[in-house]
Amino acid sequence: MTESNTHREVILEISNLQKSFGSNKVLDNFNLRLFRGENLVVMGKSGSGKSVMVKCLVGLMEPNSGRITINNKDITSLNQESLDILRTEIGFLFQGSALYDSMTVRENLEFPLRKHKKRLQINETTEHLVQQALKSVGLSSALDLMPSELSGGMKRRVALARALILNPSIIIYDEPTTGLDPITAKEIIALMKSIQSSYGTSALIITHDVDCARVVADRIILLIKGKNYIEGSFQELSSSTDLQVRAFFK
Amino acid sequence: MASSINIADKTYNALVEIGDMTFFAKRYFKSVGSAPIEWEELWRQCYLVGNRSLLLVAVTGFILGLVFTLQSRPTLSEFGAVSWMPSMVSISIVREIGPVITALVCAGKISSGIGAEIGSMRVTEQIDAMEVSGTNPFKYLVMTRVTATTLMLPLLIIFGDAVALFGSALVEYLKGGVSFVLYFNKVFDAITFNDLLPATIKSFFFGFVIGLIGCYKGYYCEKGTAGVGKASNSAVVYASMILFVVDFIAVFISDIFFEI
Ligand SMILES: Nc1ncnc2c1ncn2[C@@H]1O[C@H](COP(=O)(O)OP(=O)(O)OP(=O)(O)O)[C@@H](O)[C@H]1O
Ligand SMILES: [Mg+2]
Repeated sequence: MTESNTHREVILEISNLQKSFGSNKVLDNFNLRLFRGENLVVMGKSGSGKSVMVKCLVGLMEPNSGRITINNKDITSLNQESLDILRTEIGFLFQGSALYDSMTVRENLEFPLRKHKKRLQINETTEHLVQQALKSVGLSSALDLMPSELSGGMKRRVALARALILNPSIIIYDEPTTGLDPITAKEIIALMKSIQSSYGTSALIITHDVDCARVVADRIILLIKGKNYIEGSFQELSSSTDLQVRAFFK
Repeated sequence: MASSINIADKTYNALVEIGDMTFFAKRYFKSVGSAPIEWEELWRQCYLVGNRSLLLVAVTGFILGLVFTLQSRPTLSEFGAVSWMPSMVSISIVREIGPVITALVCAGKISSGIGAEIGSMRVTEQIDAMEVSGTNPFKYLVMTRVTATTLMLPLLIIFGDAVALFGSALVEYLKGGVSFVLYFNKVFDAITFNDLLPATIKSFFFGFVIGLIGCYKGYYCEKGTAGVGKASNSAVVYASMILFVVDFIAVFISDIFFEI
């Protein structure tokens, strides 16, 4: 596994990331590399700092120290405009979906487009792009509904469609299956798989859902006490004898 | 002992809060100055601010004019000065009571609404989502709302003043047989440019305070649904308090320049 990694293109890299809130050290020298086209799963207990880590990645939080590079650009050194441009290459699925609740599904999907469509030289009409994105998550009928009229699973799908609409090269999923029933969770997992194969995107998936990890993960990193505790395939980790690792795969 | 520490703490916190608000205001002016401006959203917010408070302002204004005139009547008639009613009522309404009452009503309606709206967007990570999608949430949410309230409050106040004067004229018509034409002729004789100008200038500041405090409280809302309630509630409290401070300063300054 590690041997083949050396030949692959790194699309996102975190090195020595440190982040603390007051005396609460959340991330302590965390390292991670995401290769083009792979699904990398990060697992960790609730409160271990997974959301903090991805928020540092997209510049929503400032790390205390460490380097974050995306497509070979160091995000901490970018000005606001370049950061905004870089962000269009990243789709972010929030833990709670984070749909704009004063806007319809259509307006939610149009929102990322209105600022960046011209610059990215996308020629399709906005309408067409919105329809496409909704179709790819199987929700064409929801176009004119408000987020309050959607179920949790539908919200997750719309949020996913919104994350996909600028055709990003990286998608970050923050707990895509948490809070969903097992069947809907399976559908979302299948969707994530199909996005990887049809768009060729790289994905960073935060989860503590073992089923999700088993299906989607090409590689898994365990985040324990702010560090990447161990790394490997699902096979390797689930057969590990380490007690802390076993606790996740029971 | 404990209570004096408590007071010191509270004073300290209030000062810190005022400092933060000043920074927030500074950030607002920066974002107004830098292109691009979200015209469409600004226009929509202007419409919402005006439309949502119109009825409320009309009702309070009407009752204000009515009650004010009814209660002043006995005193004025004691001095045989009922004919002074239009000028007395109009000057106090246009200069002071109209702007302050309308602004307070709008603080209750608009500040709390903005505080709750932006607060819940913060709590449910919608503001983060906006930021990640490459839109500056401060510009899209805060700049548009504060500008909208700043522009709309003077209009609402003028409207509120007009309705209040109408209420007052109605009382005079019913109780004193004064015709509307005569009443408003006297009103326009009484009001001068020096009454209108300071009142209008201060209305802009009232609007600014109402929008800014609502946005500030929402933008830095604490996590959880309790945070949203707190944001909305303290937006009203702070906005009302600061409105009075601004009013005091405005009266002080216009006293110098316009010789009340
Ligand atoms: N804005 C913040 N201010 C202070 N502390 C924070 C903040 N955000 C997160 N934390 C702290 O950082 C730690 C990690 O939080 P985080 O949300 O990253 O957990 P998580 O791994 O995503 O958990 P979950 O699986 O429940 O989502 C927690 O202890 C939390 O209290
Ligand atoms: Mg989380």
